[in-house]
Amino acid sequence: MPPRQNFLLVVWDRLKSWEGFLLVILIAIIVINSIQTPAYLSIGNQINLFNLSIEKIIVALIMAFIIINAEIDLSVASMMGLSACTLGWLYSQGAPIFTAFLAGLVVGVLGGAFNAFWITKVRLPSLVVTLAMLIGFRGLARVLLEDKSIGDFPEWFDALGQQPLIGPFPLALIVFFILLVIAIIILQYSGFGRYVYVIGNNSEVARYSGVRVQRVKMILFIASGAISALAGLLYAARLGAVRGDLALGFELDIITMVLLGGVSIFGGSGSIYGVLLSILIVLNLRNGMSLSNITGHIQTGVIGALLILSVLIPNITQSVRNMLSRRRTAEAQ
Amino acid sequence: MNWLMRRFRPEQIRWLVLLLLIIVVIFFFASQIDNYLSARFFVRVSTSVAIIAVIAVGQTLVVLTRNIDLSVGSIVGFTAYFVGQQLANNNEMAPLLAVLMATGIGAAMGAFNGILVSYGRVPAIIVTLGTLALYRTILVQYSDAQTVITASLPSWIVDYLPRANIFSIGNLDFRLLVGLMVVVVIIFQLVLSYLPYGRRLYAIGSNPDAARNAGFPSQRIVFFAFVLCGALAGLAGFMFLARFGNITVVAGLGFELKSVAAAVVGGVNIFGGSGTVIGTLLGAILIDLIDNSLIRWPEISQFWREALLGLMILLAVASDLVIMNRLRNMWARTELQMVQQETEEPLQQEEPRYAA
Repeated sequence: MPPRQNFLLVVWDRLKSWEGFLLVILIAIIVINSIQTPAYLSIGNQINLFNLSIEKIIVALIMAFIIINAEIDLSVASMMGLSACTLGWLYSQGAPIFTAFLAGLVVGVLGGAFNAFWITKVRLPSLVVTLAMLIGFRGLARVLLEDKSIGDFPEWFDALGQQPLIGPFPLALIVFFILLVIAIIILQYSGFGRYVYVIGNNSEVARYSGVRVQRVKMILFIASGAISALAGLLYAARLGAVRGDLALGFELDIITMVLLGGVSIFGGSGSIYGVLLSILIVLNLRNGMSLSNITGHIQTGVIGALLILSVLIPNITQSVRNMLSRRRTAEAQ
Repeated sequence: MNWLMRRFRPEQIRWLVLLLLIIVVIFFFASQIDNYLSARFFVRVSTSVAIIAVIAVGQTLVVLTRNIDLSVGSIVGFTAYFVGQQLANNNEMAPLLAVLMATGIGAAMGAFNGILVSYGRVPAIIVTLGTLALYRTILVQYSDAQTVITASLPSWIVDYLPRANIFSIGNLDFRLLVGLMVVVVIIFQLVLSYLPYGRRLYAIGSNPDAARNAGFPSQRIVFFAFVLCGALAGLAGFMFLARFGNITVVAGLGFELKSVAAAVVGGVNIFGGSGTVIGTLLGAILIDLIDNSLIRWPEISQFWREALLGLMILLAVASDLVIMNRLRNMWARTELQMVQQETEEPLQQEEPRYAA
C-alpha cells in the first residue's frame, strides 16, 4: 500500500500538468461566459457551440495524430473546400447527390495519397508539400466552381447538416463522437498509436526498431485527406451551399486546437484528452466572444495569439525550470 | 564537361535554366495571345514583379536560415494601409519620411516574429501563422472598414511615382519602382556573397548545431533575418501603395505564398543553407509572368492560376532535391579529381615520411 497522500497535494500535482492548466482555463472561461450570459450553460447553447465549429474539431482529431508523428498538414482546409466543391460541381452537372458525396470522399483519399506520395516516396518535408497543396487544392476548388455558388441541394441533404438526427444531436456531432472514440482507442490503446508516438519521438530509432515508418506516415496522410474531405462535405450540408472559398483559413484554428492541447510541435508527446480539453476551450472562447459582440476578425486574431502562446508558454516554463535547477545544483556544490 | 564545370557553378546552371524557362514562356504566350508583347504589358508585369521580388528577397534571407515567414502578406497590407492613411491625412509629408515609416513599421513587425522565433524558441511556421492572422486583425481593426482612396493621396505618390521612368529601351519603359527593386536585389546579393553576416546565414541554414558550436551568435543572426524580412515587406507595402493607390483591408493577401514560391522556384533550398537572391528574382519573374499571362489567355480559365502556383512550388522543391543534389555531387566529384591530379606528385613524395 502506498502511503496516503494529502488529497490537496494530489490535486495540486495533477493541476501542475498541462491538462490541469487547460482545465483551470476552461472553467474560468465557462464561469466568465455564464456570468455575462445567463443562458450560456443551457443544452441548446452548448450543442449550438459544438455545431458552429464541428468541422474544425473533426479535422483536429486527425491533425493530432499527424503532429504527434512530427509532421504537419497545412492543406486540410483547402481539402475541405475541394471536396465540397467537387460535390457542388458534380451535383450541378446533374449527378445524384449520393454519388457526388462519394466522389467528394474519393477526392479526399486521392488528395491525401498525393501528399503522402511526395512526403514518403520523394521524401520532401511535409511542411513544404502541404503548403504547396494549401494553394493547389484551393486552386482546384476554384477551377471547379470559378466564382459561382452552388446551392439548392435536396432537402434531406440540407436537413442532414442542419436538423438534429438522434435526440438533439445532428449528424456531424455524432460523427465527431464516433471518431473521437476511435481516435482515443487507436492513439492511446493500440500498437499503431504507439508507432505514431515512437516515430514522432525519433524516426531513426523507430526505423531501426523495425517500425515501417513510411507506411505509418502514408496511412496518416491518406486518413487526413479522407477525414478533411468528410468534414468539408458535412460543412457543405450545414451551409446548404458551396463556394470556392469554403473553409478558407480553417487550418489556423485546427492547428491551434491541437498545439494548445499540449501536443508538442516537435512530435512525440501529447494526447487526445488534452486536445479534447483545448477544443472545448477554443469553442467556449469563440462562443463567449460572439455572445459579447466581438467580431470574427478579432476572434481570428485572438486565436492567432493563442497559437503562439500555446507553444511559447511551455518553452518559457521549461527554461525557468532549467534555470532554477541549475541554480540549485550550483548552490549544492 | 570539365571545361563546363570549371566555368559554371550549379547555381549558375539553375539561373540559365530559369532564364530559358522565362524565354520559353514568353514565346509560348506570344504565339497564343494577340498583342502580347506590348509596352503596356511589359510595364504591368515589371512593376508587379518589382513588388513580389522585394518581398521574396526578404523571404530568401529567412528561408536561408531554415525558417519561413508566412506573415509578410499581412505586413505588406498593414504598412500599405497605414502609410496611405498617414499620407491622406497629411499631404505635406516628405516622401522619404513615408518610405522610412513603411520600412520601420515592417521592421518592427518582423522584430516581433524574430523575438518569438529566436529567443522564444517557437517554430517559425507557428509564429508566423499566428502573426499572419494577428497583423491582419490589427489592420482590419485599425481601418474600421474604411478604404484609402487615390483621390486623398498627395500627387507625387499617385501621379509621379508609378509613372516615373529611369530609362527606356525603344518603347519599353523601366519604371522607378523597378529600379528600386533592382537596387534591393543587388545590395542583398552583395550582402549574401561578401559580408560576414550573409555567409553566417548560409552557415546557420546548412547546420544550425555546427554554427552554434562554431560560436556564431545564432539567435541574433536569425532575429535580424526576420527584421530585414519585415523591413523589406514594409518597403514592398509602400511600393504597393504607390502602384495601386486604393488600399483595402485585403491588400497583400496571399503574398506570403507567392514569395515562398518565388524563392523556392528560384533555387533557395527550403531546408536552408543554399540559394541566391538573383535566383529568387528570376523565380519571381517566372511566377508573375505566368500569373499575368494566364489572366489574358482565353483558352484556360484564369482560376487555374492558384492550382498551377501550388504545383510549381512542389515541382521546384522536388527538382531541387533530386537534380540539384545530383549536380552538386557531380561538381564535388570532379573538383576532387582535379585537386587529386594537381596534388598527385607531392602526395607521393610525402608518403614515405608518413610511413617512417
